[in-house]
Amino acid sequence: MKADPKGVLTGAHYLDGDYACAEGAIAAGCRFFAGYPITPSTEVAERVAQRFPEVGGVFIQMEDEIASSIAILGASWAGKKSMTVTSGPGFSLMQEHIGLAAMLETPCVIVDVQRGGPSTGLPTLTGQADMMQVRWGSHGDYEIIALSPNSPQEAFDLTIDCFNLSELYRVPVFLMMDECVGHMTEKVVIPKPEDIELVERRWYTGPKESYLPFKPDEDLVPRMVKAGDGYRFHVTGLTHDERGYPVMNWQAQEKLVRRLVEKIRKNADKIIRYEEEETDGADVVIVSYGISSRVAYKAISDARKQGIKVGFLRLIVVWPFPEKRIYELAGKVKALITVEINYGQIALEVERCAKGRCKTLLVPHGGGWVHNPDDILDAIKEGLK
Amino acid sequence: MSEIEANIPSTTQTTAGHPREGLLRMDRMPHIWCPSCGIGPTLSAFLIALEKSNLNLDKVAVVSGIGCTGRVAGYVKLDSFHTTHGRPIPFATGLKLANPELKVVVFSGDGDLVAIGGNHLIHAARRNIDIVVICVNNFIYGMTGGQVAATTPETAICSTAPYGNFETPFNLPHLMDTCGAVYVARYTALDIRRLSNAILEAFNKKGFSFIEVIAPCATLYARLNRLGTGLDILKYYHDNSVIKHNADPRELEIKFQGPIIVGKFVDRERPTFLDAMNQRFKTVLGDKYQLYGMTDECVPEAVVEGGER
Repeated sequence: MKADPKGVLTGAHYLDGDYACAEGAIAAGCRFFAGYPITPSTEVAERVAQRFPEVGGVFIQMEDEIASSIAILGASWAGKKSMTVTSGPGFSLMQEHIGLAAMLETPCVIVDVQRGGPSTGLPTLTGQADMMQVRWGSHGDYEIIALSPNSPQEAFDLTIDCFNLSELYRVPVFLMMDECVGHMTEKVVIPKPEDIELVERRWYTGPKESYLPFKPDEDLVPRMVKAGDGYRFHVTGLTHDERGYPVMNWQAQEKLVRRLVEKIRKNADKIIRYEEEETDGADVVIVSYGISSRVAYKAISDARKQGIKVGFLRLIVVWPFPEKRIYELAGKVKALITVEINYGQIALEVERCAKGRCKTLLVPHGGGWVHNPDDILDAIKEGLK
Repeated sequence: MSEIEANIPSTTQTTAGHPREGLLRMDRMPHIWCPSCGIGPTLSAFLIALEKSNLNLDKVAVVSGIGCTGRVAGYVKLDSFHTTHGRPIPFATGLKLANPELKVVVFSGDGDLVAIGGNHLIHAARRNIDIVVICVNNFIYGMTGGQVAATTPETAICSTAPYGNFETPFNLPHLMDTCGAVYVARYTALDIRRLSNAILEAFNKKGFSFIEVIAPCATLYARLNRLGTGLDILKYYHDNSVIKHNADPRELEIKFQGPIIVGKFVDRERPTFLDAMNQRFKTVLGDKYQLYGMTDECVPEAVVEGGER
């Protein structure tokens, strides 16, 4: 399925990450947006509010993030691709509905333009400290997918990927930007509509009487219908069976929760994406994502000038995590060094996956600014010891 | 069959189905509500209104929050959504705006809609989102065990107000009137005929309609306040509810064991969110704008303002 030409501004533009994200959503076919203003994500909403009347979408500024995060679920069940955008404190308010989205298996995209926290923290300055909140923030067991762009171009491209993955797996999918990428202005090339491949929601097409809203296909993802099409279906945030009816016992819980988790874990190899550079024969490998990956690159090139063999692994899809690749690399290098603007969220994941096969170091940053490349260079030298 | 059961006179046994089983998920019966609860009659009134309406039932969606009344969504044989505590209105907002063909009904309790969900309630009324909200008000939190609510009358005993409530409760019709709801009515769960007519009227309104249903909770509210059985409460409604259409909404507060004024209080026209959106965009963008969700004829005439592009 190709993009609707009406929503695609084909050509080269000079856009910041927030605007590029909005354009990506529109190109992906998003036609419902509910949001609440919060720095540094607001420009996405502003751009959508400007553009939606031209493409037949509905934009609504809700009364808060809680309302925004459930309005997009309602819209998704009405058949529209839907999105909301927020930042740290708003993201915390949305957590209950991230759980509901996982439980109702509702396709939707949530963008978190990360700022420094905790609490109100640094509203206008960058951070990457919501990486674990996106993974574990709602209560109960569930799996999500999260992508992290490191440029406005990727803000555009990965937003489209978010919608595609969301439709494919019926999960909430997250674009985990950071303030730097959100507010950084660069060249963004928007392709022709016919070059933008979109995934259509997997609709149920069988007889109405035999429709079961939560009966999975072989890949563990159930097919969907939308409200108003005459299926008269029921869905609930309670633990439910394949009919969508509540069932209060451990067997139903085990069956449902296992599938919610496995539909992502068993498809993880198809979802995981990363960029790798000169990892063959490397003595140390830097693991990074988002804006930190671009700062790390400066330290890597400085190290290489000094003859140090440094490889680079940049996470594009952060969740699910590339466990197997990290484990393989850990068996070949002296150290894996994680560079991120927090005090060790993805670093813990790297350490877990390395299983003690190499040193694992963290170059942390409390937020508010990016790393000094010299600190990363120092860590590279520490890793060589 | 035990001897006692076998002795039950045959007149109490029936093989006929439920009169409205086409609209109910009979495979989910029996429901969880207590004997004499007011939610069942309210649901009946809703189903009667649906039957009398010309609505295409495939296009009717019911959204509930959490709590006793929140379970309504699970029992109706319609597209139905049992969501999170306090949030059925924003879910319904997304559903309605994304597919304006749907008739969306939010059916939930006073705790869900007015306390935790209060912010959504007032904003949906302000925006005039085209949905029908049925609020079953039993003055108490039922499912969690009789705690004080935003609607509990002063001095009434609740499990978390053991010395009697001292907070001022919401006067819901007044609140909804001031927020801009286009239709506001209140009836007791005893008066199914008037209640179902009110719901039917609300179906025919374009915009945010709000119906408050005063409902007995014999298990908790009546027991904690020594008000007798469910039947006693219905008798109380019979003797103490006063029909007063177009009453001043400021005078609709409910006092502990005081009279209950019922009737239709607000019935007006106002552009819905989508009407206003279409009108605004059409005014500013002209022919560049494609009307959303409706045909040209349905749109109120655009008001041409000075200074626009």
